[in-house]
Amino acid sequence: RVLELTGCAASMVVSSRSYADFTPEATFDIKKVDLHRLEEGPPLTATLTREEGLKYYRTMQTIRRMELKADQLYKQKIIRGFCHLYDGQEACAVGIEGGITLSDHLITAYRAHGYTLTRGGTVREIMAELTGRRGGIAKGKGGSMHMYTKNFYGGNGIVGAQVPLGAGVALACKYLGNDQLCVSLYGDGAANQGQIFETYNMSSLWKLPIIFICENNQYGMGTSVERSSASTEYYKRGDYIPGLRVDGMDVLCVREATKFAADHCRSGKGPILMELQTYRYHGHSMSDPGVSYRTREEIQEVRSKSDPISMLKDRMLSNNMASIEELKEIDIAVRKEIEDAAQFATTDPEPPLDDLCSHIFATDQPFDVRGATPWTKLTSTS
Amino acid sequence: MAAAARFLLRGAGSKASIANVNIGDQSLFGITLLRTSPNCSSQTKTQRRNAAHFTYYPDPVPTEYGPTTKMNLFQSVTSALDNTLASDPTAVIFGEDVAFGGVFRCTVGLRDKYGKDRVFNTPLCEQGIVGFGIGAAVAGATAIAEIQFADYIYPAFDQIVNEAAKYRYRSGNLFDCGNLTIRAPWGCVGHGSLYHSQSPEAFFAHCPGIKVVIPRGPVQCKGLLLSCIADQNPCIFFEPKILYRAAVEQVPTEAYTIPLSQAEVIQEGSDVTLVAWGTQIHVLREVANMAQEKLGVSCELIDLQTILPWDTETVCKSVAKTGRLLISHEAPITGGFAAEISSTVQEECFLNLEAPIARVCGYDTPFPHIFEPFYIPDKWKCFEAVKKLISY
Repeated sequence: RVLELTGCAASMVVSSRSYADFTPEATFDIKKVDLHRLEEGPPLTATLTREEGLKYYRTMQTIRRMELKADQLYKQKIIRGFCHLYDGQEACAVGIEGGITLSDHLITAYRAHGYTLTRGGTVREIMAELTGRRGGIAKGKGGSMHMYTKNFYGGNGIVGAQVPLGAGVALACKYLGNDQLCVSLYGDGAANQGQIFETYNMSSLWKLPIIFICENNQYGMGTSVERSSASTEYYKRGDYIPGLRVDGMDVLCVREATKFAADHCRSGKGPILMELQTYRYHGHSMSDPGVSYRTREEIQEVRSKSDPISMLKDRMLSNNMASIEELKEIDIAVRKEIEDAAQFATTDPEPPLDDLCSHIFATDQPFDVRGATPWTKLTSTS
Repeated sequence: MAAAARFLLRGAGSKASIANVNIGDQSLFGITLLRTSPNCSSQTKTQRRNAAHFTYYPDPVPTEYGPTTKMNLFQSVTSALDNTLASDPTAVIFGEDVAFGGVFRCTVGLRDKYGKDRVFNTPLCEQGIVGFGIGAAVAGATAIAEIQFADYIYPAFDQIVNEAAKYRYRSGNLFDCGNLTIRAPWGCVGHGSLYHSQSPEAFFAHCPGIKVVIPRGPVQCKGLLLSCIADQNPCIFFEPKILYRAAVEQVPTEAYTIPLSQAEVIQEGSDVTLVAWGTQIHVLREVANMAQEKLGVSCELIDLQTILPWDTETVCKSVAKTGRLLISHEAPITGGFAAEISSTVQEECFLNLEAPIARVCGYDTPFPHIFEPFYIPDKWKCFEAVKKLISY
């Protein structure tokens, strides 16, 4: 048998090693977090188990591949309309989910594909929604900006409008006494919207269990943070609300900070604000090349030095928590999943015409919807 | 030959390869026509969806305003703003991303030419933008605010309706913000979905104190925009975004104004009056041609141009002549501006009407994502309506 083994490729020998050879758990140093109105912050180390590591790797890789596939489909005009891609920011979605549970609530703006996945959506449903088919997560009626799953309230187009909604959800959690909380996300551009400050006030006054998270990817569309905001310390903008500024490219940093914030909320102390410093590789949307307001060198630098997936991969490999082949296998499996999903998204039929008028109102009886001409009516059902 | 084959096949399904093409024997005009293989349609599904629902009809070249040059809609906006900044030292332009030229390139080059204190970006805050604009206008500046998409104007709705519109009235003419003009891209664009396609003119038509104006092409756009800027009342100027590049005309380079609250009879006719504004004018132009060719019906086409205050006289005079009226707009039918026109016309021209007034508008649904081609009042729906008007 030894002779047979030595005759095979090196990879065969490696995969015959048992998984007991891998380190089951390792502790990593993570960046210190900047604090506002807090005596103590999240811990300076994070423990990662092998299972968690593989799970985060797979999820982040899935988001990355899914976004790149969406880019490809958009350029082929199979996806149309508006498409805001999340690649580069994967650590935020995955890290936040690592710090809360699926019974907690989350709401974000339009850069939502990553969150739809971490909150329980499948790649098939997400891609079919992008192409507007009936298998889509919103039955093809919403598109890129309007995806929803249980305890995930979207997917919202109007900048800043989702934050007061999050406070309402948090109020429901407090009222029902179910120890749940709501994570309300917004971007650095939205941080200047008036309704966010209204929400800070209400949630502080009533001590709502809400975690405000500002995903600061340095650019609000094409405007850099220095040019849009009088104060770029978004974690301090809550004024009387305690704040944390976190490295959003490190999934462990995000997870520990989210756990810390969740404990803060669940102990009844009221709202807390987290700023995640992150970066998006694509432009604002598919119609923005993303290089007229920043240099390609800058994008390259972030990609080579701070890429969230590479960071996790390096950590796991250098601590012998996984093998390269194992990660490659995950890559291949993810690629296949994305291909299948894209195939589904391209071939699934579009929603039926009746759906044009369905779900406008909640109604017991179907009612007529007046239409383009006086004699055309469609029937709305709910 | 192969190059020509590839050229013609660009319209065919992606599965067609050059090898499947049957080279036809017959030549027409000296060019060999290539027949595509039977299982390729000459237009793929994707291409059908990409085609616009209208054909753009350019205005004739205006001769009374001086030399003209070729411009599309966004360039005519830039030209109007350029004229304004040059002649009016108090004029300022502000909004999200206007400094680099704007997301639709309406303000390209203006910051370089006139300075960063006159063309500047605001943060992402529509309510703040309009409030700030009102203040600047009251203090005497000619304030031109841009709202990035008409769909985003609602945070500023309170400022427009409660502050801007009522300023002169509630101060007994002591103060006013007549120097304020708000510009916003408007209307469906083929793939805009819920929040990049709306036509909110009806919401603002319900508000005395402001003016609402919508052009159909570059020549009208520049003239109407300059009129809005000059007008001593706060004005909202909606620009049909689907026409920004599609509409190309010869536009005068000097400043000129087209009067507000005057509807324009674009085409005279005797049987049916068609009323619309913005992109829908071009849809109705085609409908008028179809009606003439297929039904022998002569249509009079009116571009309302100013929604508020609207030119009741021109419309009623036309309906008194024809006896039949069709109004069309993309916004949902219930409470859309066609309802106001319809109501007024039946008051004024009741005995002249030969048939009930037809409104061909969007469905009473949010502007859909994938259903857009079914939602919009296209030429076929309008043509049907014309047929019914004639045969009532």
